[in-house]
Amino acid sequence: MSGQPASARRVGMEVSIAVSYAVQMARAEAIAAYPITPQTHIVEHLSSLVANGELEAEFINVESEHSALSACIGMSAAGARTYTATSAQGLALMHEILFITSGMRFPIVMTVANRALSAPLSIWNDHSDIMAARDIGWIQVFVKNGQEAYDHTLMAFKIAEHPEVLLPTIVNLDGFILSHVVEALEFLSQEDVDAFLPPYQPKYRLDPKKPVTMGAFAMPEIYTEVKYAHQVALSNSYGHILRVWDEWAGLTGRHYRPVESYLTEDARILFLTMGSLTEVAEVAVEEMRAQGLPVGLLSLRLWRPFPFDALREAVKGAELLIVCDRALSAGGPGGPVHSEVRNCLYPLETKPATVNYIIGLGGRDVPPKAFHDILARARQEAESGPTGEFFLYGVRG
Amino acid sequence: MDKFGFAQSQKFDTYASRLLPREEYFTSGHRSCQGCGEALAVRWVCKAIGKDAIIAHATGCMEIVSSGMPQTSWMHPWIHVAFENTAAVAAGIETGLKILARKGKIPEPLPAVVAMGGDGGTSDIGLQALSGALERGHNFTYVCWDNEAYMNTGIQRSSSTPYGAMTTTSPPGKRSIGQATWKKNMVAIAVAHGIPYVATASPSYVFDLYFKVRKAIETPGPAYIHVLSVCPTGWRSATDLSVRLGRLAVETGVFPLYEVVNGRYRLTVQPPKLRPVIDYLKPQGRFRHLRKPELDLIQRQTLAAYELLLAKCQAPYPEFPVLSHEEETIAEGA
Ligand SMILES: Cc1ncc(C[n+]2csc(CCOP(=O)(O)OP(=O)(O)O)c2C)c(N)n1
Ligand code: SF4
Ligand SMILES: [Mg+2]
Repeated sequence: MSGQPASARRVGMEVSIAVSYAVQMARAEAIAAYPITPQTHIVEHLSSLVANGELEAEFINVESEHSALSACIGMSAAGARTYTATSAQGLALMHEILFITSGMRFPIVMTVANRALSAPLSIWNDHSDIMAARDIGWIQVFVKNGQEAYDHTLMAFKIAEHPEVLLPTIVNLDGFILSHVVEALEFLSQEDVDAFLPPYQPKYRLDPKKPVTMGAFAMPEIYTEVKYAHQVALSNSYGHILRVWDEWAGLTGRHYRPVESYLTEDARILFLTMGSLTEVAEVAVEEMRAQGLPVGLLSLRLWRPFPFDALREAVKGAELLIVCDRALSAGGPGGPVHSEVRNCLYPLETKPATVNYIIGLGGRDVPPKAFHDILARARQEAESGPTGEFFLYGVRG
Repeated sequence: MDKFGFAQSQKFDTYASRLLPREEYFTSGHRSCQGCGEALAVRWVCKAIGKDAIIAHATGCMEIVSSGMPQTSWMHPWIHVAFENTAAVAAGIETGLKILARKGKIPEPLPAVVAMGGDGGTSDIGLQALSGALERGHNFTYVCWDNEAYMNTGIQRSSSTPYGAMTTTSPPGKRSIGQATWKKNMVAIAVAHGIPYVATASPSYVFDLYFKVRKAIETPGPAYIHVLSVCPTGWRSATDLSVRLGRLAVETGVFPLYEVVNGRYRLTVQPPKLRPVIDYLKPQGRFRHLRKPELDLIQRQTLAAYELLLAKCQAPYPEFPVLSHEEETIAEGA
């Protein structure tokens, strides 16, 4: 592979373990976490790395996820490179603090092993946890396989801590489907990681020699301005994200883009997926191409800041865009991704028609066949008009 | 330090106050109500903490009156995150400092870490985070400002509101005598965590408070200090009575001043004679609706709790006020 550093090594391991090694190689200094399936393997392995002295860090075994993120804020405010991980109910319990973390601009990195929200209780994968946290003001990335999980965990620290970014960052990886599979992936050497990611230099920290007040409240005269500053920082982070991803490409040969395209040349019909569904869709799209169908695939890697221009560019020439959501906004317009994508494309004069399919809720398996079914149905819909705001694929009764 | 008890403090009042720090760490210009006992407590606790400290504060009156962007009353490095998580934030700060020192990134000795919150933020919504932080043994001091209700949101009851008190969510009425439950014993809960230092304190007893805070800061491991903070707005009391009410709380046995060092109780202020609780209740409008049966009940409960505390402290009994049923018996006998 071009650009592959000589010191890179190939390993086979569970993706959760790879993520915890990425955190170790990032030399995270402070971790607070609370166990929840399917995040557990990540924090268990980190605990043992700390216990064995293989990672020079403090690990706080907090009594809840609310306290996990609160303690992370404390550690980050003290000036330490800080990491946590959670899933579903844990992310929901953090909800209040998620907004505070970004509002106070702490560059904490978090892995969300995506899982369905209760009720009914389900430990299995979908995106309802993170979609309920859509507006938290963090940078949010989705990955499709273990290599990407490793890569993006490391890059997340560099992006988050950039003095002009200073925003917490979530790397979303699908629970079980990714977190618990064993994959072959490539690790960088520690030297290369150290060169790529220098130690964290906090801009502000809690220090009696230079006292600052953090977390002051805002009256109406100033609240809007603070929110605006956050919005500007988050949308401006886009350029920094691309720069870090480009640097990574130079280092590893692996190029990442906010909107990834697969077999999209001359495609008139596009699927849009996120996370691990992308690899399944790739298989299906290959099969469709083999049948001579003009189908391609987009996958949304960068969820926040939303890549408006990149998406508008990516759909050019397509007549139909099939957005596959892994969460349902009950009583609303269907899937949250579709509603944002439609919003993004709305101002375009020429744009594809969009249809929304919600699939894979609560761990329901999505084989390549599902995409064939969806394609057939979507083409019908495109001809005779949509049958509703969205379609819940595979639902019985 | 032991010498700064009640009787001695009378003598020290004349000159020892000059020995206390003149630096102000909680500066004037904040927006607390006139006569706020909580602000007074913050001021003295901050003096006792000293310069080399970091403070995490919960949402509540003291946060709101002091930190309206872009101003601050805090000379310490200070952070507010939310209402119920202050102990977790402080735990994080302490841990963050520890790892940075171990990696040689910041010098030692490390600053003290102090968490502060109201009674609501401590004994209700923040209890879980506090319990977690105490149990894990972080080296920090937690100070609870107990003004016996959620004052910041408009005087709603908390689990720390005393029996019979009127609040906006425990209003007296045809079927209500006001707060129907007894004040949660937050100090006992802290003690039950087996932490090395726990104390009650009051800004009406500045020396007692000052040295307790010093002890808490100097004790390795978690320490908890519960500060009675008179709130004229919520207690419906005259603003010039705040210090006096703090004294009456101690002199009636309603809020005894004691410390628990490694599980051993010690009364730090020992009134030779307890006054009747009515002396404390009467100046407060929040108890105005109470009638004799409730007042008697409060008196009996106060003495019973005081006796239990004395037993734990192995302290001699002071002179107790005469109970009203005893009064009646005496009258009948006469
Ligand atoms: C999760 C959450 N619930 C409720 C509130 C509203 N709230 C803010 S301060 C407060 C009361 C504070 O009471 P206390 O802790 O006793 O402090 P005090 O204001 O009395 O000093 C409440 C209920 C909040 N900020 N956050
Ligand atoms: S309401 Fe009470 S505690 Fe709050 S600022 Fe006013 S007097 Fe102080
Ligand atoms: Mg209160």
